[in-house]
Amino acid sequence: METLLFLAAAVRISVPYALAALGASINERGGVINIALEGMMLHGALAYTLGAFWTGSAWIGVGAAVLAGVLTGALHALVTVRLRADQITSGLGINLLAVGLTKFVLKAVFDSSSNSSRVAGLPEWHLPLLSRLPALGPVLSTPLVLITAALVVGGQWLVFRSVFGLRLRVMGERPEAAAALGLSVERVRSAGVLISGALAGLAGAWLASEQHSFTDGMTGGRGYIALAAMIVGKWSPLGAAAACLLFGGAEALQISLQGSAFPSELLQMMPYLVTMLALAGFIGRAVAPRAIGIPSDPEKDA
Amino acid sequence: MSEQAPPAAAAAARPRPWRGALLAGAGPFLSVALALAVGALFILAIGERPGEIYALMLRESLGTGYGLGQTLFRATPLIFTGLAVALGFRAGLFNIGAEGQITLGALAAALTGVALAAWPWPLLLPACLLAAALAGGLWGALPGALKARFGAHEVINTIMLNFIAFALVSWLGHFVFQPATVRTAAIGPGAELPRLERLWGALHGAPANAALPLALIGAAATFVLLFRTRRGYALRAVGLNAPAAEYGGIAIGATQTLAMALSGAMAGLGGVNFVLGYKHFFEQGFSGGAGFIGIAVALLGRNHPVGVTVAALFFGALAYGGLVINARVPKELVEILQALVILIAICVQGALERMARRLP
Repeated sequence: METLLFLAAAVRISVPYALAALGASINERGGVINIALEGMMLHGALAYTLGAFWTGSAWIGVGAAVLAGVLTGALHALVTVRLRADQITSGLGINLLAVGLTKFVLKAVFDSSSNSSRVAGLPEWHLPLLSRLPALGPVLSTPLVLITAALVVGGQWLVFRSVFGLRLRVMGERPEAAAALGLSVERVRSAGVLISGALAGLAGAWLASEQHSFTDGMTGGRGYIALAAMIVGKWSPLGAAAACLLFGGAEALQISLQGSAFPSELLQMMPYLVTMLALAGFIGRAVAPRAIGIPSDPEKDA
Repeated sequence: MSEQAPPAAAAAARPRPWRGALLAGAGPFLSVALALAVGALFILAIGERPGEIYALMLRESLGTGYGLGQTLFRATPLIFTGLAVALGFRAGLFNIGAEGQITLGALAAALTGVALAAWPWPLLLPACLLAAALAGGLWGALPGALKARFGAHEVINTIMLNFIAFALVSWLGHFVFQPATVRTAAIGPGAELPRLERLWGALHGAPANAALPLALIGAAATFVLLFRTRRGYALRAVGLNAPAAEYGGIAIGATQTLAMALSGAMAGLGGVNFVLGYKHFFEQGFSGGAGFIGIAVALLGRNHPVGVTVAALFFGALAYGGLVINARVPKELVEILQALVILIAICVQGALERMARRLP
């Protein structure tokens, strides 16, 4: 029972990580680095809050969050894929923009620099059997938990089994070969970034829905943890989701150890240390797609 | 791929290299102008007049002695972090870890200033500066060495090390912070950097301090290192073309590690502006994102020490200008402007360079 409750807590914490890390695996497979996850999530969280605040409907909030994520992705795609500017710098710029923009809107709409009014959260889904399970029932009645699980499985299929996934992976490995086949590097890479934006926006919706409000900087570095999970998961949706569960477990442990003598800050460092070890090749080799970070459009380069 | 024009055309057009340089050099100014133009839309959206708001920012941040002192105070750490990022870029490395490095540098300076509080200033001040440079330098050298040894990407590692640094400071805080606060005890008087108002009365009341001349020395030293020494040549060669540099006998790994160590040391020194020059203690969250804004500073300053210094002054003025207008327009306008400058600069610079290459 204790273990199951712990697992339920870990799953809950992992949801936003898993969504954003799934998106990151998709766009990085296409050869675009996405450090902008944090900003996409923050925009998604604010959009959820505004949508739910103005309409009273949590699901409209979710739609707004996904839209905000897609728009943020479109900005990243415009700068990096269309205009071929540096992908890392663009991501950092977008994250900085999100910090300022969300606070600016918060002040303009809610007249507060720190938090919004209270808004509706997503209602539970009571499914037969699943909802009755001991300890895990509540978490399995949470719509976004189920949707996330489905998206992760679907994402794995999309990347490794679908035609789109094949094209995406070619863009990440040998864009010049893809262009020679007549595929548009710009279109496929941009699609990857937009999907990533939608998923990160959804992650933001989860955060705001759980908390029933938006608070300034509420993503708290979760976009970067998702990026780390994607690396530890070796750029595969299922692997990334497993890494998210590991990181979520460490966070759940941190919460349950609060007040004990064990320094929680050391657990807090765990995801980052694991990622550095993975990058250095101590936990299997984490190798990025070959053409990642390289702005490419062979048609225009030629 | 060849860009060479046929001889006849070249003779007719005559090479005019300054046109290309001018075009590329216009990038930073054009970027700032475009960012301010987009920022004006946000001001309009809030129901204010952009012209008035920008004029107010300019007047209050550069037009009065006190405002200038505030601007210089905010520009000081940005010179350090801008130089840090520029040093990395020159070696072909992207140091996103300046935020962690400045944090640890500041903490090290403060702890040294507290532990050796009784020392006289000619010993204590250098000890504190050394501690800041060492702490930041080690935190920077680590991703440099990981890159050199394992090929691990420095961008991810510096991001990870930022978060590890923040957690480390929280943990160390249990032992070194004053009870129920997030700040250390005060440093010894010998470690305090004097305020500039003592030299120049017009700055009266503003926190600008002797960390500014230190930053300018840092910029001069960076210039000499990069453009007048053998090591600086090696560093730039690795940044421009690593395989060619290796063929020329330069040890790539050692050069990358050194570049990241120097970059981290520079960022670490940025912490002394607050700790030794202003509050005289370390406080969690003191930096106000100076490490991240350093990326914008290096970008706008085109990785040149002089450009970095000018760009730091611009962002310093922007930071103080935001506080001035806060009653009329949310001060977050400044964060939006900073981000817009970054996003626009990378697009504009690329476009201008492509245009410059096409010039006859």
